[in-house]
Amino acid sequence: MTVTVTDLSVARGGVRVLEGVSFDLAPGAALVLRGPNGIGKTTLLRTIAGLQPPLSGQVEAAPDSLVYAGHADGIKPTLSVRENLSFWAQVFGKKDISAAVEAFDLGALIDRPGGLLSAGQKRRLGLARLLVTGRAVWVLDEPTVSLDVDAVAMFARVVRAHLAAGGSALLATHIDLGLGEAEVLDVAPFRAAKMDMDDFDEAFL
Amino acid sequence: MIALLTRDIRLAIRAGGGFGLGLAFFLIVVVLVPFGVGPQSDLLARIAAGVLWIGALLACLLSLDRIFALDWEDGSLDLLATAPLPMEAVAIVKALAHWLTTGLPLVLAAPVLGVLLSLPAAGYMPLIVSLLLGTPALSMIGTFGAALTVGLKRGGLLLSLLVLPLYVPTLIFGAEMARRGVDGLDYGTPLLMLAGITCGTIALLPFAAAAVLRVNLR
Amino acid sequence: MSSIWEYANPKKFIDTTDRILPWISVLAVVCLVVGLVWGFFFTPDDFRQGSTVKIIYLHVPSALMAINAWLMMLVTSIIWIVRRHHVSALAARAAAPVGVVMTLIALATGAIWGQPMWGTWWAWDPRLTSFLILFLFYLGYIALWEAIENDDTAADLTSILCLVGSVFALLSRYAVNFWNQGLHQGASLSLDKEENVHDVFYYPLLVSIAGFVLLFIALVFLRTQTEIRARRMRALMARERMG
Repeated sequence: MTVTVTDLSVARGGVRVLEGVSFDLAPGAALVLRGPNGIGKTTLLRTIAGLQPPLSGQVEAAPDSLVYAGHADGIKPTLSVRENLSFWAQVFGKKDISAAVEAFDLGALIDRPGGLLSAGQKRRLGLARLLVTGRAVWVLDEPTVSLDVDAVAMFARVVRAHLAAGGSALLATHIDLGLGEAEVLDVAPFRAAKMDMDDFDEAFL
Repeated sequence: MIALLTRDIRLAIRAGGGFGLGLAFFLIVVVLVPFGVGPQSDLLARIAAGVLWIGALLACLLSLDRIFALDWEDGSLDLLATAPLPMEAVAIVKALAHWLTTGLPLVLAAPVLGVLLSLPAAGYMPLIVSLLLGTPALSMIGTFGAALTVGLKRGGLLLSLLVLPLYVPTLIFGAEMARRGVDGLDYGTPLLMLAGITCGTIALLPFAAAAVLRVNLR
Repeated sequence: MSSIWEYANPKKFIDTTDRILPWISVLAVVCLVVGLVWGFFFTPDDFRQGSTVKIIYLHVPSALMAINAWLMMLVTSIIWIVRRHHVSALAARAAAPVGVVMTLIALATGAIWGQPMWGTWWAWDPRLTSFLILFLFYLGYIALWEAIENDDTAADLTSILCLVGSVFALLSRYAVNFWNQGLHQGASLSLDKEENVHDVFYYPLLVSIAGFVLLFIALVFLRTQTEIRARRMRALMARERMG
């Protein structure tokens, strides 16, 4: 279940931001995207997740193998932790949420409504969603925002277990997760070249 | 799909707003009409069917922007779009949840409010049937409108502007059917037209709504 | 000139329309002046309706164009959805305000004509009501264009709205017919009907319709050019900001 990205160009707000991005993500591997703010990491991840079409290039992945987690966790404030998790499990055709609850230490919070969770707890719940989906390729945008040191270690353990089980992960993050085996891809060199000002094609790009 | 449906209904019930607000609005509109046109019961009886239809339509409109806005804000819509559920299914389930929490209560409340407007006895049956047939179309059209405006900051007003013209055929046939029922006329034709509109919107608009959602998400 | 899609290139479109725009504009003015002057001053009064009938030279062409503008938007919207030519989407955007004005002219002249004829400015007649609904559709369409910042998103959403709206506009037309049979006279123009408008009225009417069509084309070309330039300017500014 290798994800292959070939010569991908992506645009944000009608402006080409990255071009010529190519990489392979094999089972068991993790790839960390780095680059300055605004370079287009989020846009790249959203394109790979299929939320927006690429300008050019291809993303090849087995159908139904990706799961995406963005900046927002999609937690409903009026539903309990259990209800939030079960909902996503059902959407992905799964039932069991106990492994996810245990991995992110949510047992004590299981009946608390989502609205009463702290930012870090919400993030943990959002990341626990990845486990209940049963998908092999995780596409994660800044997964460690608002996590404390312990929770980051917890997350790194979960990712490592996921990789060991044959999964893979594509992450955009600034902090060091302590995933020694992860490759790092700096996207700064892929920044789209500024085109000649008179050179408008039909698509105004 | 069932998971999404139960979640949406649960959210609507827990968040308040959903159920109660639409019904209360319906009640208020119907109560205000006699203040506006006068208390003569023969006049009210004549306009009752139309007023109930317009009240139901406006009450339905009131809660449309909630269909997608909350899921958009907290990022659930992104996650749903990458989930195995097709967007068409999301759209139709959202419409169904909206109908169950808004349309159906309005249908059930309509006969009670009909008493307030001295609706003639012959009118109750056609009124309920017309609302029962017509409100699903209102929910489905509204879901399309909500999908169109989901990414906009001041989408609420625009949503009404976009959706109300689309409601015209449903309103015309629905109210016509109820009115003919009141007058004791044959209401077969508007009934069939109304059913046709509802079936057509449910068959086609989920695709339009899904296309629009995908555009808004990218 | 290999294919019509060549004109989907903004540069080619602007170059071509720049060349033919003066001709169309002059022709539009000539047709309008001839048609209206002929119609107003050189036709006899109608034996039933008197001189009020002469408003027909504004009313009928504007009503026709109100509908044709929407049809043109529908076609260009479909072209945008299928072939994704930006000029097509911008042409639809350019046509909408022209269509609104045509609808308003048709409604206003209809009211002015209706006053002496039917004794009322407004009646909930099926045709009048349909035009009012068409007017609302135009408003919603334009408002949606204005509300969305990203040009491609706006083009996509308005195109789909135009498609859905067309179906519902057609549905409304039949619904309104069913709802109230009206006062309005039948269509005064058709090629095979016996009771056609008399030739004396017919020819100036044709000329003023031609004038309205040409005026519409000229305005749409001009506005599409403006939209293309505005779009290019926004793209340049976005590129500048990205630095």
